[in-house]
This record gives sequence, structure tokens and C-alpha cells, in this order.
Amino acid sequence: MVASVLSLFRLSLGSARDLAPIVLVIAFFQLVILRQPLPDLASIAVGLVLVTLGLTLFVQGLEMGLFPLGESMAHGFARKGSAIWLLAFAFCLGFAATVAEPALIAVAGEAARAAAEGGLIAPAPETVESFAFGLRMTVAVAVGVALLIGIMRIVRGWPIHWLIIGGYVLVIAVTPLAPEEIVGVAYDSGGVTTGTITVPLITALGVGLAQMIKGRNPMIEGFGLIALASLTPILFVMAYGIFWTRFV
Amino acid sequence: MLFTNLLDTSLETMRDVAPIILVLFFFQAVALRRPVPHLRRTLFGFLYVLIGLTLFLVGLREALFPLGELMARQLTAPAFIDPVAAQAGTFAAQWWDYGWVYAFAAAIGFATTIAEPSLIAVAIKARQVSGGAISVWGLRVVVAIGVAFGVALGSFRIVTGTPLVPYILAAYTIVIIQTAFSARTIIPLAYDTGGVTTSTVTVPLVAALGLGLATTIPDRSVLIDGFGLIAFASVFPIITVLGYAQIGAWVTAHGAKRRKRA
Repeated sequence: MVASVLSLFRLSLGSARDLAPIVLVIAFFQLVILRQPLPDLASIAVGLVLVTLGLTLFVQGLEMGLFPLGESMAHGFARKGSAIWLLAFAFCLGFAATVAEPALIAVAGEAARAAAEGGLIAPAPETVESFAFGLRMTVAVAVGVALLIGIMRIVRGWPIHWLIIGGYVLVIAVTPLAPEEIVGVAYDSGGVTTGTITVPLITALGVGLAQMIKGRNPMIEGFGLIALASLTPILFVMAYGIFWTRFV
Repeated sequence: MLFTNLLDTSLETMRDVAPIILVLFFFQAVALRRPVPHLRRTLFGFLYVLIGLTLFLVGLREALFPLGELMARQLTAPAFIDPVAAQAGTFAAQWWDYGWVYAFAAAIGFATTIAEPSLIAVAIKARQVSGGAISVWGLRVVVAIGVAFGVALGSFRIVTGTPLVPYILAAYTIVIIQTAFSARTIIPLAYDTGGVTTSTVTVPLVAALGLGLATTIPDRSVLIDGFGLIAFASVFPIITVLGYAQIGAWVTAHGAKRRKRA
């Protein structure tokens, strides 16, 4: 009991250190550059305690739940040896992890409103809503496809840089064809897809698979899933924008 | 206020996680057909992650985000950049007038990346897999430097109103050249850090900065100029991580040569 309290205390010290830069930056700019007092110190203090506690619990839960589960499923699939199940799992995990991501829902809504203002789509509320919904589904499918390709790469041992560089060459080739209003949104959607629960899970999955498959180095084949999941949404969202301007 | 925020956020987190848990349990039961090892411990781990993430988000929203967003608006406001011209209505700042904006962009990019939970997760895994050769703290600092540079350069782009694509093209060209000269073991990890830097903590503050800049600077479209900062924050960490590994390899090789000569 004493040991676990002590370790929790050590972990919270680590979390406090992780958060110190944000506090310092905000305090410096507020007090020295903008020369304004910090408003509402009490609620800031409460917030900081919550953030520290939350980060500590998160890191603890990572090691207890997300990492072991990702690894044990990777081992299970490797032992089972069925490529179809593994790929189906990869696609579903990518789709499920993205479809309800709050950051994506927010960005999709904002992008749809902006697209209506920019004249890309009709400003009717139904159109805006269906554009936002379609955007969300597009990104979720894109992440599913990314994990599917990424898992296939681990199994086959394809080098990641050809996939990534090839992917970005495609992105650059498609950019001039996509409507200007969608390009910024597309580039940003690559960044918002990989959420805080997805990242540990798919990292553990990739590393676990690479450890189980003979001839794979976990340092080389274990990483790379997140990079792919950040790339495909850019392509898919631009394709979605092209589809809307040409066919809808 | 705090309580409703707590409730809303926990519902949001649960809705986000529910599809993932469904997929995990479906495949565990139907495809793998075996019980989860250490089920109790795993479930507690998930619970910790859920509660931890909820508290983390509520704390950020209560304390840091409102202040950070307010500061982003104040720092980009004409009244701060050039009070005299703003009052006279002749506000036409040049890009060099925005020094504090770039400094804030770099500082906030660095600080939020250090606190980014998904980067912590990837760094922990990288240390495990590399047998300790990659330190958790070291990787995070190198990534944070990349984000800092990316967000500062992205702010500069919004201020000058130059198009996004040439920057992104140039950055990826650098990545491609670096990839050709990097050790194979660092490449996948470097690419992954580009994707993890931009989530819970970084996105809201950086997006607020971008939108603040795009709305206060004359002739900027929020849609075309406001987006794109996050894309910058995802490219530059790849460059710094690859660069750091290259410098490390160079120093090691150089040191070995010098020892041989001595």
C-alpha cells in the first residue's frame, strides 16, 4: 500500500514536470508581455490539480490496460495466423477509433460551415450537415484503410519510407486538383485523427505484431502505423472535396 | 460549472471510446476466441485511462485553454501590435511587427507538446523497444523543438499571407533527403512522431492562435489562411527527430575516429 502510494506520488511529480512549461509560458506572456494579472487564480489552481491527477492516472492506466491489451491481441492474431481476420480487425479499429473522435467532429462541423460560406456547397442546413457527416465518414474510412495497409506492411516487411514518400507525392499531385477551400482542412485532418487513446493502442499493436513475426524488427516494423493514419486522411479529404465539386 | 463540465467531458470521452471497446471485444470474442489475460487489471487500466483523460481535459478547459485562447487573441490584436495606428485606424503592420506572436507560437508549441499524453505513450514504447537507447524525455524535447519551429513558421505564413503548399513541399523535400541518409531504425519512429504531436493539448491552443491571426490581419480568409498550422506542427518534428539521430550518429562516428587517431 505504502509502495503504491509512493509510486503514484512519484508519477504525479513527473506529470507536474510535464505541465510546468505550459504554466510558465502562459504566466510569462500574461504577466510580462501583456502585463495583465492572472484572472481567477482559484479556478486555475483547481484546473492544474485536475490536469496533473488526470495525466498521472492516464499514464498508469496505459501500462495496466492499453499497452498489455494491444500486445496480447497482436500475439493472439499472430498465433492464429489468419490474415483476413487481422486485416478486418485493423480496418475496424481504425474506423472505430476515428468516427467518434471529438476533435474530428468539431473540425468537420467547422469545415462544413466554412465550405458553405466559401460557396463550395449550398448553404442550406441539411447540405452543411450532410457535408460534415460525409467528411467524418471519409476520415474514418481513411484511417481504417491506413491501419489495413500498415498491418499488411508489418506482415510483409515493406519499408515504410516508400509508402510515406509515395503517399506524400500523391498528396502533392492531388492538391492542385482539389478545391482551394478544402486543402487546408485536408492537411489539418491528418493531424486530428490520431487521438490519445488510439495512439497507445495501435503503437502497442504494431510493436507486438513486429515482435511476433519472424524476421521483423520492432524498431523498424513496429512503428509507422500512426504516420500512415495521418497521411491517408489528407488524400481522402481532398478526394472528397473533388467529388463534391464535380458530382454533387 | 466544474461539475457539469466534468459530466459532459466524461460522456464525450466515453462516446469516443465506446466504438473502440466494442471492436476490441468483438474481435477478442469472435476471432481470437479466448479470454483477455489479466482481465481485471486490464479493465482497471481502461478505467484509469478514461478517468485520467476526463480529468485532464476538464482541467485544461477550466484553467489553461480559456487563458491561452484569450492570450492568442490579445497578442494578435491590432491594439497590441501597434496601438497608435490601431487607434488612428491606419493599422497596416508588417510581418516583423509580430515578433511576440512568433515567440508565443514557438513557446506554446513547445510547452503543449511536452504535455501531450499520446507522445508520452509513444516515447515509453520507443524506450522499451530500443532497449533504453531512446530516452522518453529526450525524444519528447526533440519533438517539441520541431513543433515549436513549425508553429512559429506557420504563424509567419499566416501573417505574410503566403500560400501553404510551397512550405509543405519544401518541408517534405527536406524529410525525403533526410530519409535517404538516416539509419533505418529511426525512420518509422520519426514519421510517427509527426502524427502524435497534434492531439489533445496542442490542437485547441494552436488552432486558436491560427484563427486569431487570420481574423485580425486584414485580407486574410479564416478558411484558407487559418487552417494549416497543425500541418506545420506535424512535419517539423519528423525533421528534428531525423536530424537529432543524424547528429548523434555523426558525433559517435567522429568521436570514434578521433579516438583511433589519438
